[in-house]
Amino acid sequence: MFEHTEVNASHCYQCGKCSAGCPLSEEMDYPPSVIMRMLQTGNPDLEDKVLRSFSIWVCLTCEMCFARCPMSIDIPKMMDFLREKSINDKKANPKAKEIVAFHKSFLDSIKFTGRLYEIGLFVDYKARTLRILDDLALAPKMMKRGKLNIFPELIKDRSGVAAIFRKSNKKNKN
Amino acid sequence: MTLGLYPGCSLKGSSREYAESVLAVAKAFDIKIEEIADWNCCGATAAHNMNKELSLALPARILSLAEKQGMTEIVVPCAACYSRLTLTKHELSKDPALKAAVTEANGLEYKGTVNVLNIIQMLDKYITPNFESRVVKPFDHKVACYYGCLLVRPHEILKFDREEDPQSMDVLMLKAGAIPIDWAFKTECCGAGLSVSRTSSVGRLSGKIIGDAKDRGAEAVIVACPMCHSNLDMRRDAINSYLGEKIDIPVLYITQAIGLALGLDRKALGLQRHFVKVSV
Repeated sequence: MFEHTEVNASHCYQCGKCSAGCPLSEEMDYPPSVIMRMLQTGNPDLEDKVLRSFSIWVCLTCEMCFARCPMSIDIPKMMDFLREKSINDKKANPKAKEIVAFHKSFLDSIKFTGRLYEIGLFVDYKARTLRILDDLALAPKMMKRGKLNIFPELIKDRSGVAAIFRKSNKKNKN
Repeated sequence: MTLGLYPGCSLKGSSREYAESVLAVAKAFDIKIEEIADWNCCGATAAHNMNKELSLALPARILSLAEKQGMTEIVVPCAACYSRLTLTKHELSKDPALKAAVTEANGLEYKGTVNVLNIIQMLDKYITPNFESRVVKPFDHKVACYYGCLLVRPHEILKFDREEDPQSMDVLMLKAGAIPIDWAFKTECCGAGLSVSRTSSVGRLSGKIIGDAKDRGAEAVIVACPMCHSNLDMRRDAINSYLGEKIDIPVLYITQAIGLALGLDRKALGLQRHFVKVSV
């Protein structure tokens, strides 16, 4: 993992400051310091558990853990790596279904238009998750306040952006 | 000199009042701002959660376009976009192989020469020197300056302000005539990208922020990020149900508060677009 991220989990001495400061700790199956410990062991079973954990998806990359780590371990960067690997290895935690669906819908939206199209994002997300009724009341309120564009903003060089997606996805399976 | 602008997607949609207030304040100080032509989304949280190369290529395309259009400096009002653009510059400057891969994917030359400013740095550089003499309606209220995560972290890369108890917004608001309060949630996360997929987490995290601001007597919360704003403003129902009370403290972008102090028209600052009525 070190060779991919240059983040060295073995530097962690388990002080627990990351877990204490993490705003999402209480919603995680393993708090960040425990994730670090699991990775330190080098045990493939534990690494598998990390990749299947809910923690890596509920992590918001708020960077608090990195800011407070006395060993300056870039945990958020490690989390990015773990998420990407979890998706590619098809190990994403079922509880994270909505979170992953939202990311996919978001990227789909910009792949086709170059910019985020909020209505398109919502429709795509609802289709993926079947959470049809969520936030339905929000749309008319946003519309009334001029916060929701009816039509997407299309950039000119959409094929250029599509090419970025194609080339960046070569190594990824998602 | 013309300052480049990367508005990002939020400023064209759900937080257009942020864009309106940035442009209104810039106009008041005769700062020429030009939007980067044909810009794309920076990829935001979704890209760096799913695909590292994509999360660097998308911001690199934006920076390449700015270079190509002759810009040497751009302002990025959205704290999340600012974070992605600055992190991309950092990653590409230390890894030539990655830079080559990204340039190849984008089909655009990337030099890494554009200076990226967040909104506070832009205000400090171009407005602060003449600001106080231009204040006609002091923003005479107790304010909680809320910085959130991505404006100040990671400090190693952004090198902006202090990461635990930042001061730059407090100083600006003091100049606007406000009374910035001491409080505990300046840099705690609002729930950001989980707004849609896990609204309950946002209710809890943003609830703590609004709850502390209220307990310490804030009359307004001041922000510099559209994610923070939409969670604290548009998600107020979720916040109030988490807190079990009805809190109606408004959330203003720093450029809206400054605009009010300059005596600019409330509509030009987009205050009517908020969910929580701006009564200050």
